[in-house]
Amino acid sequence: MFPRRPTVKAAPRAGADAPNAVSGLDVAKVTRRFGRTLALDDVSLSLGPGEILAVLGASGCGKSTLLRLIAGLDVADSGEIAVGDRRVAGRGCHEPPETRGVGLMFQDYALFPHLTVLANVRFGLAHLPGAEARRVAEERLAQVGLAHRADSYPGTLSGGEAQRVALARALAPRPRVLLLDEPFSNLDAGTREHVRADTLAVLRRDGIGAILVTHDSAEAIAFADRIALMHRGRVVQCDSPERLYDAPRSPFAARALGDIIEIPGQAVDGLVTTALGPLPRPASMPDGAVRVCLRPEAIRLGPVGEGVTATVLGRAFAGAHLRLDLVVAGRDAPLRLHVPPEAAPGDRVGIHLLPARAYIFAETPPGERISTI
Amino acid sequence: MRETMSAARGLGWVGAAALAALLLSPVISLGLSASEGGGELWPHLAAYVLPQAIRDTALLLAGVGLLVIGLGTGAAWLVSAFDFPGRRLLDAALLLPLAMPTYVVAYAYLDLMHPLGPLQTGLRGLLGLASPRDLPLPDLRSLPGCIGLLGFVLYPYVYLPTRALFLMRAGTLLEAARMLGAGPWRTFLRVALPLARPAVALGTGLALMEALNDVGAAEFLGVRTLTVQVYATWVNRSDLPGAAQIALVMLTCVVALVGLERLARGGRGYAGNARRDAASARRRLNGWRAGAALALGAAPVAFGFLLPAGHLAFEAWRRIGGHGLPDALASQTLNTILYASVATGVTVVIGLLVAATPYLLGARAGRMLIRAAGLGYAMPGTVLAVGLLGPLALLDSGLFEVGIATALVGLGTGGALVIAYALRFLTVTVGASEAGLARIPRAIPDAARVLGRSRLATLTTIQLPLAWPAVLSGALLAFVDIAKELPVTLLLRPLNVETLSTHLYGEAARGTYEDGAAAALLIVVIGLVPVTLLLRLDRDAVLRRGERL
Amino acid sequence: MSYLGKTGFWAGLCLSLGLSGTAGAAEVNLYTTREPGLIRPLLEAYAAKSGVKVNTVFVEKGLAERVAAEGARSAADVVMTVDIGNLIELVDRDLAQPVRSPVLEAAVPAPLRDADGRWFTLSMRARVLYADKGLTDLKAATYESLADPSWKGKICLRSGQHPYNTALISAFLVRHGAEKTEAWLRGVKANFARKAAGGDRDVARDIAADLCEVGLANSYYVGLMRSGRGGPDQQKWGEAIKVVLPIFEGGGTHVNVSGAVVAKNAPNRDEAVKLLEYLVSDEAQALYAKTDYEYPVKAGATIDPLLASLGTLTFDPTPLVEIARNRKAASLLLDKVGFDN
Repeated sequence: MFPRRPTVKAAPRAGADAPNAVSGLDVAKVTRRFGRTLALDDVSLSLGPGEILAVLGASGCGKSTLLRLIAGLDVADSGEIAVGDRRVAGRGCHEPPETRGVGLMFQDYALFPHLTVLANVRFGLAHLPGAEARRVAEERLAQVGLAHRADSYPGTLSGGEAQRVALARALAPRPRVLLLDEPFSNLDAGTREHVRADTLAVLRRDGIGAILVTHDSAEAIAFADRIALMHRGRVVQCDSPERLYDAPRSPFAARALGDIIEIPGQAVDGLVTTALGPLPRPASMPDGAVRVCLRPEAIRLGPVGEGVTATVLGRAFAGAHLRLDLVVAGRDAPLRLHVPPEAAPGDRVGIHLLPARAYIFAETPPGERISTI
Repeated sequence: MRETMSAARGLGWVGAAALAALLLSPVISLGLSASEGGGELWPHLAAYVLPQAIRDTALLLAGVGLLVIGLGTGAAWLVSAFDFPGRRLLDAALLLPLAMPTYVVAYAYLDLMHPLGPLQTGLRGLLGLASPRDLPLPDLRSLPGCIGLLGFVLYPYVYLPTRALFLMRAGTLLEAARMLGAGPWRTFLRVALPLARPAVALGTGLALMEALNDVGAAEFLGVRTLTVQVYATWVNRSDLPGAAQIALVMLTCVVALVGLERLARGGRGYAGNARRDAASARRRLNGWRAGAALALGAAPVAFGFLLPAGHLAFEAWRRIGGHGLPDALASQTLNTILYASVATGVTVVIGLLVAATPYLLGARAGRMLIRAAGLGYAMPGTVLAVGLLGPLALLDSGLFEVGIATALVGLGTGGALVIAYALRFLTVTVGASEAGLARIPRAIPDAARVLGRSRLATLTTIQLPLAWPAVLSGALLAFVDIAKELPVTLLLRPLNVETLSTHLYGEAARGTYEDGAAAALLIVVIGLVPVTLLLRLDRDAVLRRGERL
Repeated sequence: MSYLGKTGFWAGLCLSLGLSGTAGAAEVNLYTTREPGLIRPLLEAYAAKSGVKVNTVFVEKGLAERVAAEGARSAADVVMTVDIGNLIELVDRDLAQPVRSPVLEAAVPAPLRDADGRWFTLSMRARVLYADKGLTDLKAATYESLADPSWKGKICLRSGQHPYNTALISAFLVRHGAEKTEAWLRGVKANFARKAAGGDRDVARDIAADLCEVGLANSYYVGLMRSGRGGPDQQKWGEAIKVVLPIFEGGGTHVNVSGAVVAKNAPNRDEAVKLLEYLVSDEAQALYAKTDYEYPVKAGATIDPLLASLGTLTFDPTPLVEIARNRKAASLLLDKVGFDN
């Protein structure tokens, strides 16, 4: 009834003969609806050759849908996707996943339980002659340090091993782009760290471009050249981790990459005044209420008299640091800071703010999309 | 935006359309027959027939439904949640009634329960009574009698899927429930039963369609169901249009009820994977409790199988002593196995393709094809067979016109019979394959696609091997059903072909069904092989999946 | 499996599935609603005598539909059915062809065949009264008298919608008209000892069990039971009853018939006629009587002693065609009085 192989013209697997093929990915104005839910709303992204991009967002923000669209497992309602210089989706065309040259690693690895580890890795090498396929698969397996498990079944692997097999399997056909869907979230904290490092090393060495979907900001920072921050189906900001950390364009972006202390302020004259003291007013900021987002490192404690005075309410031991709860006039909730262990309840301290890690946004609810600075 | 149409997918759509046409053809053909008649039958039906027929049919279905759910789920829980000596044997034996045609059980039971039968004769002997008049017991030939009989024969349809579900889930459930201080029976009522709802609904649906479409047992026991009315209209009045009208109205009701059930169930299907075998958590019973459990579990086997089969065996033994085995029995057995094997193969392949349509061609096409696949089981066998006559004839004349055929190649050949079997029992293999495929996490086939395999290649290399145990269990069930199938076989088989069930029916129809006892037992034996395989397979599959997924 | 074995298997499969046609010696194809056990001895005797291969298929419900659907290329040569209604239906649906045969016309009395030769009766069975042995005064029993209230709680019957009973009721309808028939049916139903259910032999069994005292059933079951061919239990049932040939008031005993037609598109028409001619020969008619305890149609053919012992059969003169024409009305009437409920 059906021929064994798809009869659509099979594109050459990316880099089948050129290990470090220059390739990238372009996603342009992609929209995907599920019934009434707008899962992806006009999303555009691009990935340079060999670049590693993290897509960061809470669950349900559309990041997995984005991966499925890129992989060809789902069809967008509008927009275009190109792998390298080849359009694979958009304007009436939808290339099936098997010919896109895109690799995908699944959250729970999706190893085929009825095939051995080696057969799993070989699975994507059907286009190679048998002996060659076997050699490549064994090589890949050795690369992730699992040559000795070649004949095991996936059910007998530990979580870390399964992850590495999945990586080897995804990389074996030398995809132009590797998509990773929360690939480390099922690992325990200890394993996660070094598996992540190993994975990164493999990608870097082979120069494979990758998109990592994650909800863990630390992971995104550690892994990616750039981070695309997603919220409710939209890309809110896409920048290098440093820039995203240092120059968030919205309170949402500010919150995404690290702890934030948020306080209200007023922009008047050349200053923004807050309960914790004044900050320089950004040039473009209009008069009126603003929201100030402070990284913890933007708050400096000093002796009483310097800056705003605060009283230590309580302290708790937290390893290298001491966690302090401070009461400040004009602020209802205590201010919680981690500082070197020097203060005691009842002490009074002075607070002043460092403008470099303080981000000021006009208070226009929902405010997320208004960029200041 | 559609996926770029490849030649393979184009072929797939053509195949799906052809299959849909085949699945719908009996209904369309019946519709054409129905439209030849006017509505003059309905005032008569409404005045004299429907009030009684609908009431009796509803009572029959309600009674059989309650009985099969009670027996099927109770037995499934008993063998999943407890361990006692004889449990494994019981586990297998509980499926045995599947192999018994209902009308044969009805005959056997009347022999046994009749005032002249061994039970009442023995009872009168014990009580010292001379005449049956002194011991008036309720007659089996009644609605309650029919309900009891069908319930005890049909409960395996519920037992089988429910047991499979419990085997996968019982371990975790029992442990969780035990942590919360609930005993096995409370766990059964509050947790297991609601959880097993999809399986119970599936099995009960099959059992009720069997009950509704049954005509042999019901007619013999004097129960006037709607189906019996279809036959009276058709056979006694030569009113095929009228009969087709009643049959179509019934079919519409069945389809609507199935749809409602699906709707009420929402998206809940067989979810989750096995992680724990029930064995680890089974509660060990000892002493009188073990005896009681065994007795409780053995009761449905005794009533649904041992008593009638034992009676048949006794009769067969008396016959063989008297006349020897009928000569034709060997060829009938061979025919039965041959047809059942070929038809099962076809039914499994088509069933698998239908169940895979959502993956191959998309969810909407899949849903429609899967619904259409259920039609053949939702109507009485003879009605299906009559509905197929027209389409098969059309096929024949089509082939004749283009010069491929010079004689009949559809009608009156084994091919027609195989097609009819496939249409009748497609829902069995589709259901099993569907369940098997649904248990595979979506990421698994997705991974294969991304690794360069087409949809079809993914189906054959990944989904099929993983769903195999479920597919095979559907195949075995279909095999048993086909081996004992009667009405379709009777109407559509070629010249000179007798199967065990047509032979048995031939004897039964002339009032000498005991002469067919050997054939009836052979049907049971042929049915036993797959039933035994089914159990072994189920156990292995559950263990293996637990280890791998 | 060896190569030959494999080929053999597939060849066997194809043959059995009917995928390959065979031609050769003279053949005749018989479609029948008569149970194979009943006609096999006849067909075997014919095959042995004539060398013609008789291919049979036993179809019950839907035989006419199948032959109709097969149409011009149907393999059916002879279509054999029980019940006159089914025979006439074949004619009404234009599935039979007229046959002129001096042999058939001489053997089968005119009332038992179509004037144009489109159907022929081959054997007959009387619808007789099974009664408790203790009952006397049944000599002149009539069908009409079964509605008499004195039988209250004493009658056992199979479903009225079974063709045997429907034909009897149809004959009643032809004789007495709808009103009287309806009243009679209500009367009989009021006398039931149990629901209309089971088969004809169950009438004997239930009488033997004292559940009831009388009931209607076919004559040949008496032979089948009493001969011991159905086993020792059935023999007891047969012995427990006495059999009376009831009559219609002013008429005779109702018989239902088995018969045959030559199919309209018979590929082996001549063989079909020869088979029918054989079936009414002395030899075949005697076999009918001997193996099936049926009444032969041919005058002077031997009747089985068991059958003869029931008494002399006086056929009811109601034309068979009329019985066939009225069976639908009879069936509707059965619904109306809720006979089977």
